[in-house]
Amino acid sequence: MTDAAAAPARRTLDWQLATVAAVRAETPTVRTFTLSLPAWAGHRPGQHVDLRLTAEDGYSVERSYSIASEPERAREVDITVERIEGGEVSPFLHEVVIPGDRLEVRGPIGGYFVWEASLGGPLLLVAGGSGVVPLMAMVRHRARAGSRVPARLLFSSRGPDEIIYRDELDRLAAAGDGLEVLHTLTRRQPDGWTGYGRRIDEAMLAEVLEPLGASARAYACGPTALVETVANCLVRLGLPPDRIRTERFGPTGT
Amino acid sequence: MEERTAAMRGDPVVGLTVDANAIGGLLLEVFGRDVTAMEERCAHCGTRSVVGALRVYMRGPGVVVRCPTCTEVVLRIVETPSGRRVDLSGATHLALPR
Repeated sequence: MTDAAAAPARRTLDWQLATVAAVRAETPTVRTFTLSLPAWAGHRPGQHVDLRLTAEDGYSVERSYSIASEPERAREVDITVERIEGGEVSPFLHEVVIPGDRLEVRGPIGGYFVWEASLGGPLLLVAGGSGVVPLMAMVRHRARAGSRVPARLLFSSRGPDEIIYRDELDRLAAAGDGLEVLHTLTRRQPDGWTGYGRRIDEAMLAEVLEPLGASARAYACGPTALVETVANCLVRLGLPPDRIRTERFGPTGT
Repeated sequence: MEERTAAMRGDPVVGLTVDANAIGGLLLEVFGRDVTAMEERCAHCGTRSVVGALRVYMRGPGVVVRCPTCTEVVLRIVETPSGRRVDLSGATHLALPR
């Protein structure tokens, strides 16, 4: 194999060799992998990478993973991966991959589900489970870029232990720069829980959208059923369809 | 986005629809550039859509991309032993700005 890491990648199409720089547990079933990419040309918040694993017999699989990190971090990206039982790639990443390992990556990919501070707001972000990952890149970018665009993140998780990035979201929301984070826990709410305790519905979206107004830009990412609900409700609540961007990732439910 | 391209290889994990943003890498191979932010016009209903907002169905033997407005087929991509076959008959045009 040629050393792709030593040569600048001219095109997104080219596979590059990434070195795993760090692995961090976010929840019992979700891990973040920091990938060092010496030839990385930078990305926009919301984009993803394709990752390719090749076995010794030549069999290879590819998966797409949203980038969790902000573009202000140079020459490395974080991907946050939920372990899917019976999957071909995520159990390998969770159980086998350690810092120093090399993985084939190409990207960044996707020009549609993207938000940058220059686009302005107000910003409504709606996430289900690991659908928070590309929205986290937007939230981190917003903070690093010094944007004070009003932003609200509505984040649906099953239970308190399954809230990805919980501590960092608490810190970002406490910074007082116009970001609010609202959680809903659909299956298990701890004693004294003051957030929402049900699946996202139109009444919840109406409450969350209200302070932002009908000029908000909305980004929804998560399981297909959740994103369908969010997109349909937001249209009924008066948001123009061309200001609603969606990223459905399949049937995995929260 | 876990396992969302899995069905392209017959993996039973994935079903239902995803957004065409998810197959940006495959479209990159087909068109040689990232087309997810480009505009396409549906040959069936005439609606112009951003490619990334098209609906993708990956449960069959190939990848089927449908118009989000009328749900007719815009694009099909099938892998065959002799190579990749791309059927674009459902789109009247794809705008690729410089």
